[in-house]
Amino acid sequence: MSAPVIRYIDEPHPITGLTNGKLGLWLFLASEVMLFGALFSSYILLRVGADSWPDGWDVLNVPLATLNTVVLISSSVTMVMAWVGCRLNNLGKFRFYMSLTIALSLVFLVIKTIEYKPKFEHYEAFLADGALVKGYEGSESITGHLDENDLDKDYILFSPDAVQHGTSGDDEHSDHEKGGEGHAEQIRINRLDIDRLTNFGPKHSNFYGLYFTMTGLHGLHIVGGIAVNLYFLLFGTGMFRSNPAQFSNRIECAGLYWHFVDLVWIFLFPTIYLL
Amino acid sequence: MSGHDHHDPGFIRKYVFSVDHKVIGIQYTVTSLLFLFLGFALMMIMRAQLAYPKADFSFLENIFGEAGFVGGTMLPEFYNQLGAMHGTIMVFLGVVPLAVGGFGNYVMPLQIGAPDMAFPKLNMASYWVYFTGGVVMICSFFVEGGAAQYGWTSYPPLANTQPHLIGQTMWLVGMVFLITSSLLGSVNFIVTIVQLRVKGLTFFRLPFFVWAQFITSFLLLLAFPPLEAAGVLQLMDRVAGTSFFMPDGLIISGSPAVNAGGGNPLLWQHLFWFLAHPEVYVLILPAMGIVGEIVANNTRKPLWGYRSLVYSVIFLGFMSFIVWAHHMFMTGMGQSMSIFFQTTTMIISIPSVIILTALILSLWGGSIRFNTPMLFALSFLPMFAIGGLTGLPLGLAASDIQLHDTYYVIGHFHFVVAPGTLMALFAGVYFWYPKVTGRMMNSALGKLHWIGTLVFLNGVFIPMFVQGMAGVSRRLYDQTHYEHGQAVQEWTIASSWSAWLLGIAQIPFILNFFMSFFAGKKVDQNPWKATTLEWAAPSPPPHGNFATEPEVYRGPYEYSVPGASDDYSPQFVK
Repeated sequence: MSAPVIRYIDEPHPITGLTNGKLGLWLFLASEVMLFGALFSSYILLRVGADSWPDGWDVLNVPLATLNTVVLISSSVTMVMAWVGCRLNNLGKFRFYMSLTIALSLVFLVIKTIEYKPKFEHYEAFLADGALVKGYEGSESITGHLDENDLDKDYILFSPDAVQHGTSGDDEHSDHEKGGEGHAEQIRINRLDIDRLTNFGPKHSNFYGLYFTMTGLHGLHIVGGIAVNLYFLLFGTGMFRSNPAQFSNRIECAGLYWHFVDLVWIFLFPTIYLL
Repeated sequence: MSGHDHHDPGFIRKYVFSVDHKVIGIQYTVTSLLFLFLGFALMMIMRAQLAYPKADFSFLENIFGEAGFVGGTMLPEFYNQLGAMHGTIMVFLGVVPLAVGGFGNYVMPLQIGAPDMAFPKLNMASYWVYFTGGVVMICSFFVEGGAAQYGWTSYPPLANTQPHLIGQTMWLVGMVFLITSSLLGSVNFIVTIVQLRVKGLTFFRLPFFVWAQFITSFLLLLAFPPLEAAGVLQLMDRVAGTSFFMPDGLIISGSPAVNAGGGNPLLWQHLFWFLAHPEVYVLILPAMGIVGEIVANNTRKPLWGYRSLVYSVIFLGFMSFIVWAHHMFMTGMGQSMSIFFQTTTMIISIPSVIILTALILSLWGGSIRFNTPMLFALSFLPMFAIGGLTGLPLGLAASDIQLHDTYYVIGHFHFVVAPGTLMALFAGVYFWYPKVTGRMMNSALGKLHWIGTLVFLNGVFIPMFVQGMAGVSRRLYDQTHYEHGQAVQEWTIASSWSAWLLGIAQIPFILNFFMSFFAGKKVDQNPWKATTLEWAAPSPPPHGNFATEPEVYRGPYEYSVPGASDDYSPQFVK
């Protein structure tokens, strides 16, 4: 009994011109295209069917997202450089650029967290018909902050954002513009006067639901990429020395995946933030 | 590699966490046969309620406890759980893993002369992810509120209305595992078929079974991700309180639903059926592949129209992606949509008919050997034909109005999958059992199994056409509640008794399966005198499959070649 020898692991198949790993990875990416394709299709279907849809650039943090785009594209470049390091048989170069790639991906996730966090602390109260809140007559909803300890009481103390008559949309930036002093006086709202109280998390509306689901799923792909890259960085040295051809193949595959994750973001950014 | 030649990997590595495609294939086969039995058992319990509604089932209550029964009467919620899980288990945990994971894994690498799959570790991961998904599904029976109870299709808004019941949430999590498993498997299959064929084995010399697995893998690869997306969206609806599938103004149990609204229940149906229609072909294509192999072998003739079969399978695979909304004629999606999808549905029946015709014409003029696998394969042909032809009125929007969501639909797709695919899978078990174990299965027990299965499967499903024409809805817990249901209740009782007798008819198979392992007649490497490459390997094949790498000199079905000394000319003999 001899161990089976599987062909075309490190040298490409003469007809397809691909190694097993690379063909497998392309197929995997095809399946990923279908996964994100289904989500983008859902986005289109839900958006065209919606009564109102906020403008991404109005309610989301475009500067941070732009910064993230730059970070992610840079990480794709460093990923290629890490592969170049492999091909040049230069372990130091590989390690430097791979570390840089991982560092940039972590930066992406940190920025994402900074972007997510305020949305969970910012609330919108949709008021029941006929409810009168002093100074806010006629508005269907008010947005602002509240003490989260109040969530189970029969009233809430609400610190509304600056009143914007005629719009019920949220605006993160209005917070920043006002700085520290800007909050209007706290008001007390009876629970019975509130139809629905929600933070700007996924349950706020389908826009935020899709925003969190799609960027969240993309974030999970980033985490997966970090895990793979970290594995190659920490445990790849043995193979780098013993079988450099196969190792650079693996880095190339990891790179293909990384570029795909990057590409998904290139589609996500305009779709969600700019349209 | 010589240093590893005599290295014994140990029991765990060899039989549990094995990377050998044959061991994994056997693991898949045994696990999925157990799941098939479990799904069948759930159905036998449902049939009790259907035949004798609200009768005293104290003996079942003793087994299942208070959660599903009150004073011996089955609760509707429990009945719904059985129904949803029967469908889920049969499709995702039984038939597909048996047809693709079991037969595909074991036979396909042998038929292309490969020593193993392209990614052995990925193959192992695929099985264990599938296993985990199965465990999650089964565990959901034991949580508060029980398993998923919204049908195997999990249509929202209904499936979203009780987010506190975690059975449905576990169903979604289980599905994510199963989808991941089939993704890993399908990548592996495609790469193996493209890259690892031996010298001389061109694409048009591939056995039809390999072609069927190849196209099936593409369907799994590309159709499953949208269901994964849908699963993620429904999970968000249930866990994070989003409203992707919750429309405006929804009233649940008399009070308005508290959520953002604005969702679209049809979105789920589109995403679900985008998977679930190709899934139908995932269920049927490997079965056609198995039947093709067995028919050619036992008629001692080449398959009639091999190339037409291959082109039809490719076309079928492509078309299966653009027929999904024929499941949705009644949703009000619009007439132009219905017209488009009924047209594509009529088109997709053409390659199916070509395949069936080619298989039937293959019988013409052959001196047929009526052994057990051949009997099962032969009965696949009319059973699949009935399943296919009864589908036509459902594929046309106008006649679908009458039949939609009735027992007729259940009868139709069960004829495709149960008397159709299952017959072919049984045929495959009998056909390749000697290759896997080195021993024949008992022929007398096999034929007893065949006649019982054939008769009682028809007994189960033919009454459903009658029920369906009478207008009985498929999801009714007690059809005698309605007058039109009372009129066809005898048919329901007949169907139920057939189902229970079908269970008894499986006893010879179970006995045969285990006893032949120890007592079956020992065979050489090619007991059926077949031509394809798996018969070039010893029975059972060792790790690495072939003693020396085979080479292929001719097409897959060169039987009764004029002038040849034998009535079969194997691919691997010069």
